[in-house]
Amino acid sequence: MDWTALRVSLWLGACTILILLPFGLWLGRLLALKQFRGKLLLEALLTVPLVLPPTVLGFYLLVTFGARSPLGQAFQAIAGQTLPFSFQGLLFASAIANIPFVVQPIQRGFEAIPADVRDAAACCGLTPWQRFFRIEVPLAWPSILTATILTFAHTLGEFGVVLMVGGNLPGRTRTLSIAIYDRMQAFDDRSAGVMAATLLVIAVATLMTTTALSRRVGVRRV
Amino acid sequence: MASLHNLLVCLLAFAAPVGSAEAPQAKRAPVVAAAANLNFALTEIAAAFEREHGSRVELVFGASGTLTRQIQDGAPFEMFLAADEEFPNQLASAGLTRDAGIVYATGQLVIFAPNGSPLEPDGELADLARLVKTGKAGRFAIANPAVAPYGRAAEAVLKKRGLWDALRPNLVLGDSITQAAQFATTGNAVGGLIAYSLALTPEITARGSYAIVPDGDYPPLRQRMVLLKRAGPQATRFYEFIQSAASKAILRKHGFSIAD
Repeated sequence: MDWTALRVSLWLGACTILILLPFGLWLGRLLALKQFRGKLLLEALLTVPLVLPPTVLGFYLLVTFGARSPLGQAFQAIAGQTLPFSFQGLLFASAIANIPFVVQPIQRGFEAIPADVRDAAACCGLTPWQRFFRIEVPLAWPSILTATILTFAHTLGEFGVVLMVGGNLPGRTRTLSIAIYDRMQAFDDRSAGVMAATLLVIAVATLMTTTALSRRVGVRRV
Repeated sequence: MASLHNLLVCLLAFAAPVGSAEAPQAKRAPVVAAAANLNFALTEIAAAFEREHGSRVELVFGASGTLTRQIQDGAPFEMFLAADEEFPNQLASAGLTRDAGIVYATGQLVIFAPNGSPLEPDGELADLARLVKTGKAGRFAIANPAVAPYGRAAEAVLKKRGLWDALRPNLVLGDSITQAAQFATTGNAVGGLIAYSLALTPEITARGSYAIVPDGDYPPLRQRMVLLKRAGPQATRFYEFIQSAASKAILRKHGFSIAD
């Protein structure tokens, strides 16, 4: 069992959530409540990472931020390290790949709140922020939690982008899913097996949690 | 609101201790990129280096071509041990290395057949030719010639034996020579052409039998290593250690030949 790789994976998952959750709350609510021109296009663009092969994302990241591109050289001059082959690079890729996993559930959560409820809250004199935190977020809570868990699980399972832009660096970009591949290549089936089982348990636990949560929402509505 | 706050606190609390892994570390061990055929030999050398010098190096294995590409794209490796000369020369002419480096070993190719395979490995590939002729060849594993020097050597051997065209639809290509060895040894293929250094590993030796392919059948696998521009003193020490008698003995034990 590669504990360093597990740490990198968990840390990547947690950081991705911390970055994406505020963004998802803002955008998910906006998409749920507002009608505006170009909304359809925006929704499509936000869903693209769901159907985009991770290699495409990896390719563009390398081409745009690699040491041979002007942008990558500028970044390297400032940060002392390219974005690819760094933890920050993985985080960047992970944040992009997980946008639909955060935005969509949250959008559905806000859409499910009846307009009457928000109107009533406004009538009672609550400020927009109070309405958001005291009425809307608690009502959309299961969706927000679903978004969080899905993002975390998806980040733990990400392989393609990490393989392309990570470089398998221990303690930095060697995630658990990459470590499994690495151990397989070294004919270390035992370690690979333990790590695979770990990820399997996490995946099953995740899906059980999200299913349980969505059932509870269903019950509440009835 | 309270529960959102709780979640954030939980996340931070749980993230904080693991954060130390990501903290900038001045004393981080140098990362050495190495051709996949060195997977076992270099791990042993790195352990010997640690015993002798008390300092560690991190090893990252992959196909020489893949690692070369990563170095060009900015991967923070300090040293690169390739499976050929072409890839390190490419890096040297791009100005990414300290100097032209040095040939540290010469590798060999073997034909491997897993236990229970219809293939009886022989260096001249006569039995493979027989299987191809009778249409019983099934899948055959080599490393991807586009990125792996051992894959290129395998291609040369198959071409020399006139088997390349007939066998081509049956080839399974590993991303690196270790992945090709995975394919060749797990019974998913009748066999494959892999590195001698891998075939000598107990885990692989136990899975089947092999025969050495004669040297003249493919361009020599002269393996060159280079220190990259960013190499620090520790990487330099490791570079020197690989040329020591102790390392040479380990490399020889793993099937490499070394000019004295």
